[in-house]
Amino acid sequence: MNAAGFPLLSLVTFLPLAGAAIILTIRGEAEVVARNARWAALWASLITFALSLLLWLRFDIENGDFQFVEQAEWFGEFGIGYHMGVDGISMLFILLSTLLTPLCILASWESVRDRVREYMIAFLVLESMMIGMFAALDFVLFYVFFEAVLIPMFLIIGVWGGARRVYAAFKFFLYTLAGSVLMLLAILAMWYTAGTTDIPTLMETDFPRDMQFWLFLAFMASFAVKVPMWPVHTWLPDAHVEAPTAGSVILAGVLLKMGAYGYLRFSLPMLPQASVDFAPLIFALSVIAIVYTSLVAFAQEDMKKLIAYSSVAHMGIVTLGIFTFNVQGISGALFTMLSHGVISGALFLCVGVLYDRVHTREIARYGGIAKIMPAYAMIFMLFTMASVALPGTAGFPGELLVIVGAFKVNPWVALGAALGMILGAAYMLWLYRRVAFGKITRDDLRALLDLSPREYAIFAPLILLTLWMGIYPSSFLNVFEASVTALVARHEAALGAARLAGM
Amino acid sequence: MNWTLALPEIVLAVSGLVILLGGVIPKRETFFPVCMAVIGMLILTAALVLGEPEGTAFMGQFVSDGFARFAKVLILLGAALSLVLALDFNERAGTARFEYPVLLLFATLGMLVMVSANDLMTLYVGLELTSLSLYILAAFDRDNPRSAEAGLKYFVLGALASGLLLYGASLVYGFAGTTNFDRLADGLSGDSVSMGLVLGLVFVVAGLAFKISAVPFHMWTPDVYEGAPTPVTAFFATAPKVAALALLVRVLAGPFGDLAAQWQQVIWFTSAGSMILGSFAALNQRNIKRLMAYSSIGHVGYALMGLAVVSDSGLRGLLVYLAIYVVMNLGAFAVIVAMRRQGRALEQVEDLAGLGRTDPAMALWMAVFMFSMAGIPPLAGFFGKLYVFLAAVQGGFWVLALIGIATSVVGSYYYLRIVKVMYFDAPTGALDPRTPGLTAVMAVSGLLTLLFFLMPAPLIAAATSAIASIAG
Repeated sequence: MNAAGFPLLSLVTFLPLAGAAIILTIRGEAEVVARNARWAALWASLITFALSLLLWLRFDIENGDFQFVEQAEWFGEFGIGYHMGVDGISMLFILLSTLLTPLCILASWESVRDRVREYMIAFLVLESMMIGMFAALDFVLFYVFFEAVLIPMFLIIGVWGGARRVYAAFKFFLYTLAGSVLMLLAILAMWYTAGTTDIPTLMETDFPRDMQFWLFLAFMASFAVKVPMWPVHTWLPDAHVEAPTAGSVILAGVLLKMGAYGYLRFSLPMLPQASVDFAPLIFALSVIAIVYTSLVAFAQEDMKKLIAYSSVAHMGIVTLGIFTFNVQGISGALFTMLSHGVISGALFLCVGVLYDRVHTREIARYGGIAKIMPAYAMIFMLFTMASVALPGTAGFPGELLVIVGAFKVNPWVALGAALGMILGAAYMLWLYRRVAFGKITRDDLRALLDLSPREYAIFAPLILLTLWMGIYPSSFLNVFEASVTALVARHEAALGAARLAGM
Repeated sequence: MNWTLALPEIVLAVSGLVILLGGVIPKRETFFPVCMAVIGMLILTAALVLGEPEGTAFMGQFVSDGFARFAKVLILLGAALSLVLALDFNERAGTARFEYPVLLLFATLGMLVMVSANDLMTLYVGLELTSLSLYILAAFDRDNPRSAEAGLKYFVLGALASGLLLYGASLVYGFAGTTNFDRLADGLSGDSVSMGLVLGLVFVVAGLAFKISAVPFHMWTPDVYEGAPTPVTAFFATAPKVAALALLVRVLAGPFGDLAAQWQQVIWFTSAGSMILGSFAALNQRNIKRLMAYSSIGHVGYALMGLAVVSDSGLRGLLVYLAIYVVMNLGAFAVIVAMRRQGRALEQVEDLAGLGRTDPAMALWMAVFMFSMAGIPPLAGFFGKLYVFLAAVQGGFWVLALIGIATSVVGSYYYLRIVKVMYFDAPTGALDPRTPGLTAVMAVSGLLTLLFFLMPAPLIAAATSAIASIAG
């Protein structure tokens, strides 16, 4: 129980659902329903965000343990309970989710005109599931949230997506489901072995080494698809391209983090031995992902697809950082996840701004935007720079820490990560040059309007965060420092114990 | 002689006869009042079942225990709700005759006897009462050739299965010297099993596998499901499945519990086969009733997984799975019954196109049922799967569990396809307004499916105590 005994975490988790329920009851003419649904969704998500800020304020950064813990009976005697709580690792992801959702709702304010009510409900349900997933301290509860995310996302891509939305929605759903069900078997095996699905208890449980091997593979099947790691990343470009702008933002901003979060929350603490055994494989896949998808990004003609491939590359840096098993690497990975959440979300919003006006994402269709929409070009440039990890922007501290952490383990791996940064700079700058500079070749572009006040309102918090994270990263690094240190210490202790037992 | 143990069955049987008389005597058609009376009696019987003490009656031929109570309540629920589905459908199809509810009542009576059977003879009597009523129900729309064909097909194949079962029962009797389950259990011990007895057991299992439409005895299912009037299909997919599965559990876990080594492999293959066939064969079905037929074959496969692992936790998983299956299936069939345009019943998946626009509430419920059947949390279907998979993992049945999850991914494709048709495709025209009865069935089963995760403990506890009475 937290100090006040007040279930703040559950409130933050389920408030969006309550908002969705309210929207469900709106009656009236289509126009009225749409307007009310928009406002109700915005308010629900803003209140959720305000409450989650409270979570941050009351979070004790000295404490590496779980805080705001809530426990309740759920399945009776079977070791599954309703157990919620956050530590430094998960807390900021909740904030990321609650921040991005109102921005997504704002971003869809005018671009979504069809079935607005259903759209808003889907987004609020999605938000609830995302927060719940980061706050769950019971494995089955986690799995429930983890999978439930698929339902609203499937509908968002399929109903409000682009031309090939059906294909993309099915690919997204089936890929992720196929990975996740293997994890379900692993969860059941752990449940049977440990007699509980309580995450803190499972972290203390020693699983036999050969069992760890299989459990790790099963977890990896699920998390690697979510991250996504090469070679199971192919669903991502399709899903991104077909999803509506806000869907892409959530997908890149939060959903991709679920896989990496899974590695950090489950694979590393619960399966320390297998994690070490599999680290070379993860490194290899990560470096391939970084280099290969960066090269693929060069060849893209669709802006969203290019950013999607860059996401795969960035997530490669994240997985690489996680499996360095040192404080720098893991902190760097966490920081990169957060900054990528903000930056890639912002980049997709930038693409969305152009798409709303011109209705195409083809890079060749643009050129000279900087002359027509100077404010927009400025903002787009900031996020492009942040994406290539320019010092002073959010992208830099995380990637630097990962490279430092990787260097401790293996210089060649660090080289791979650094190569990713160089390639990233190349394709992102090339993208920016083709869109923003050059001659204005298309006359219809001349009539474009610069950002509207609503769009400024969307970008303002993201700009602020990008600069804040770049200039003063400590305010974020502090939050997870204690938890990461504890995680690393526990990991080393577990390895030491295993070594002793082996002697 | 403690005949009060069979009080629910007796009450239902007598009331069935009275209702039959009451239906015949008036000169006008009495479909609606008879339906109401039957629903009332089903509810009353359920109340009696819940208050029933435990014990055996009729010289050990009939048993009343927690397991039977659990199954009976499910059967009565399935029967009552599927009768609600028929109220309006039969009026429009011109089959609103009072024999329909009466036949349904007698079929249900047979099922109650089945799950309480403690003797191969009682088993057969209950099974035949059920089957004969079901044959007629399948052919109830007798002017429709498809319905008549379904009835005939069901009858011919069903009679064959009954013959197999009877043959197996006679072999068991010949080699064990008794048909009573308790005495069979006493007389059988694992080490010295005669070949003839095992053969008899296999025939009994084959006969029952036909009734639950498990692979390889599933061939009748798609045709009968497609041909029979939709409310009858809804009934087929729920109550008889529960009864026959409960019976299978009682026979195998009870008298033949010591022979688990002999029947386990059979159930293993049946389970794996049903899951595989149920998921792959449904992929290309365009007729939604056929699709539901294959889906039900698949679901039986998952439920049987709980039996194949031979453990208390497996049986508990089976019961939890069955209960959830019945609820979501009834809801899905309520939607299918409501598929009507300009008075004509529709059966193609494509006919649901754009339902998300034309009837958002119904589309939402159907989506809930489909995601639940696909086993996506937090819907009820996921928890059903969770419990059978847990049992499989506990017992070390990794291959079966892997087949189960692989087929559930494959199966999710066709459930998703229905969601896709409803939400992603453009509407081709609105469906007729649905009746309050259908709306009620949809809403009740939809809410149960959707909100099961809030209160899972009562069902799990009920299943646990039900299992305790047969495994102990």
